[in-house]
Amino acid sequence: MKGLLKFITCGSVDDGKSTLIGHMLYDAKLLFADQRQALEMESKVGSRDGKIDYSLLLDGLMAEREQGITIDVAYRYFSTERRSFIVADTPGHEEYTRNMAVGASFAELAVILLDVTKGILPQTRRHALICTLMGIRHFVFVVNKMDIIRYDFKKYDKIEREIRKLAIDLNLDNFKIIPVSATEGDNLTIKSDKMSWYTGGTLLNHLETVDVSEAVSDVDFVLPIQRVCRPNQNFRGFQGEIADGKISVGDEVTVLPNHENAVVKSIFVTDEKVSNAEKGQPVTICLDREIDVSRGSVITKDTELKVSGLITASILWMDDENLVAGKNFFFKLGTKKTTATVMRIKYKLNIYTGEQLAASTLSKNELACCDIALADKIVCDNFKRQKELGSFILIDRVTHMTAACGTVKHSLRRSDNIFWQKTDISREIRAKSLGQNPKTIWFTGLSGAGKSTLANAVEKVLNLQGKHTMLLDGDNVRMGLNSNLGFEEQDRIENIRRIAEVSKLMNDAGLIVLTSFISPYRADRERARQIVGTDDFVEIYVNTPLEVCEQRDVKGLYKKARNGKIPNFTGISSPYEEPKNPEITVDTSKSSLEESVEYIINELKKFLI
Amino acid sequence: MSNKERTHLDELEAESIYIMREVVAECERPVMLYSIGKDSSVMLHLALKAFYPEKLPFPLLHIDTTWKFHEMIEFRDRMAKEKGFELLVYSNEEGLKQGINPFDHGSAYTDIMKTQALKQALTKYNFTAAFGGGRRDEEKSRAKERIFSFRNAQQAWDPKNQRPEMWKLYNTQINKGESIRVFPLSNWTEKDIWQYIARENIEIVPLYFAKERPVVYRDGNIIMIDDDRMKERLKPDEKIENKMVRFRTLGCYPLTGGIESTANTLAEIVKETLGAVNSERTSRVIDHEAAGSMERRKREGYF
Repeated sequence: MKGLLKFITCGSVDDGKSTLIGHMLYDAKLLFADQRQALEMESKVGSRDGKIDYSLLLDGLMAEREQGITIDVAYRYFSTERRSFIVADTPGHEEYTRNMAVGASFAELAVILLDVTKGILPQTRRHALICTLMGIRHFVFVVNKMDIIRYDFKKYDKIEREIRKLAIDLNLDNFKIIPVSATEGDNLTIKSDKMSWYTGGTLLNHLETVDVSEAVSDVDFVLPIQRVCRPNQNFRGFQGEIADGKISVGDEVTVLPNHENAVVKSIFVTDEKVSNAEKGQPVTICLDREIDVSRGSVITKDTELKVSGLITASILWMDDENLVAGKNFFFKLGTKKTTATVMRIKYKLNIYTGEQLAASTLSKNELACCDIALADKIVCDNFKRQKELGSFILIDRVTHMTAACGTVKHSLRRSDNIFWQKTDISREIRAKSLGQNPKTIWFTGLSGAGKSTLANAVEKVLNLQGKHTMLLDGDNVRMGLNSNLGFEEQDRIENIRRIAEVSKLMNDAGLIVLTSFISPYRADRERARQIVGTDDFVEIYVNTPLEVCEQRDVKGLYKKARNGKIPNFTGISSPYEEPKNPEITVDTSKSSLEESVEYIINELKKFLI
Repeated sequence: MSNKERTHLDELEAESIYIMREVVAECERPVMLYSIGKDSSVMLHLALKAFYPEKLPFPLLHIDTTWKFHEMIEFRDRMAKEKGFELLVYSNEEGLKQGINPFDHGSAYTDIMKTQALKQALTKYNFTAAFGGGRRDEEKSRAKERIFSFRNAQQAWDPKNQRPEMWKLYNTQINKGESIRVFPLSNWTEKDIWQYIARENIEIVPLYFAKERPVVYRDGNIIMIDDDRMKERLKPDEKIENKMVRFRTLGCYPLTGGIESTANTLAEIVKETLGAVNSERTSRVIDHEAAGSMERRKREGYF
């Protein structure tokens, strides 16, 4: 049995989670004297008529104390003679689903609280569902407030049946149901004498004895590499924590994603040289030959792990801003970091009923199934089979917030055909045959700033220099390729994405691409840069002041916008986000067209060599 | 080793090592804050194990208020030599010039000589990630802090806007000027620390062991007379006595209360700790100031 049990407590606002844990610690004499004193003192000034308020032990942050609710995850530590425990106490309200998910991802067991006077609430189902999605396999349903119904068996029995039904619905294999009173202490650490009909043990006893260990695989060995340890020329060790299986010196291993083989020469568990190691141990492994191993590689033995660039996954969206398909993120799975695009939201889940719903966007705390395309091929596995290689996070590229967490359902094979088809004539060969260095030159700025005029003039000069170019602007893109797109947010993102993808293809074909679009949002341009490739993207900011653009008003658009005839017009009723670090900046109000073109051509030289 | 049953200490050790390796692999300029206390000693020990046979791939930083026990400073310098790590020592020179001290300046002292000094040092060296030895069982606001705790460009912590932290997938992405405080010992308890020190035979500052030391009783705390600066500031009714005392935490000696004890072996200390009647923070004077004082100081940039 494991010496350490990590568990989560979840329940709705008034179910009494904090009271339950607080009372258990108090009864099990697991508090220090000063904590006990402080609790008794604080209880006196609290609102419960001087009775001990056990929840005060757990509600930590000041803001929360003032509001009387638990907002974030609080971790508590205690140990009995039999076991050490870490409790993640999490908020119950739907608004804090993501905080609950944080606690659940950490835990091996979930204690789900129900109020016996209320029975199973929609929240109960939601809590249990999130726990299973985050990988919890052991559940304890604690039916609280038995004192209020005077320990009545019939009322309890009805709720027990509902719980059993829920457990079947959610496919829970390992669960216990315990009737308690958190305020009175029944069945927490001491078996209650008021419920003789209950034949099971106390909550603490169950937590002390439940076996949550997962079997160590006898065959598979999985070691995601965190870093390469290279103290000197003669030592090259690969460091990481074994995610599954066992390894011995002399074993033949395969390193993914490159499928190269080698034999284990030596193993260290921390600073101790050993002959074998297993799941959970931090190791440094040396191989018998020089092969390509770096952070994100996975050393394996006898596995059928997939290497893929396209996955289907369950995700929990956690960001304040909605998810729209087509959005690009930093992606971290195991020790591998790359970028990824959510290609498609297949469906979202009604977390109260489990029903699958069609969706084009996701808002905070929603669960969905998505297809995600990755910039690099990664080693991954189904989450239920392999937690470490089956779980990931999406990080917003601009705010850097952890925007979503997810679990891999399966990888898609056709990604090999869609994304990574290897052709014999490479991009380099095509570029060479045209004798140039293909780039995407991205003009951005307000309407009327002079983007198209400049792009046209620059393209003419490049042609005179013998370059092969292509100009993409609103006229040739909106009419054809993007004729099905409007001006709503998803369409705007998709518009820019397609332009970027086309630019990239044309770059692959060897062409120098010039694009002329207002592209007012930094995030969109950042995505375009990622799609095209950072090194191939040259952003030109046509920084002409709004007053000048409005004065010019070549197409009469500003006038219409001012009269309210065009909604969301950039610069008037919708923002333009200036580039932070454009490669080139020009202001057409300060210099003539010829001067601006000459300046741009001169600046472009270093990119086009 | 692999044939033995893995204990909860093995699990905690593995988690801490995993965290340290992630930081070194992903963060540009990491540093380890070294307070010379027992938690720092455990953290240093874990780091040496995590990167073995490599030397520590980051420096250690000690914020010296100039009021530390002199035995701590001797210990620090000896460790740097023996373990071969790079040691940076930083003091708030401006504060020293102004004569800021723990007797006259109360909580301002902590702010200027610790919080401000730490911020100055992190800025000076452009560190993007700093390991700290904080544990969640120490204090209520720490109980809610992430292992990777994000700090904005002003180095402040926003408890309402913490990044979700899932599984072992730590988000180390930051913008210029921002930084991350990393707590690899988050899930250790005081008991775990002592058991691990015993198991791994980790050397700690002798002040943790009971010995006869010159002390005074002040406001319910036992304060050691570590140098003459204390002698000059004795109150009329205070008398220096030699008592068998030891310290459960170490910091600035005028702010660190000792406890009367005869425990002078690790085994005795562990035994005393397991049956402890007071949690360790009661012997830190600053924590008594106001409820929530730790949270306030953390928001302002204290570790």
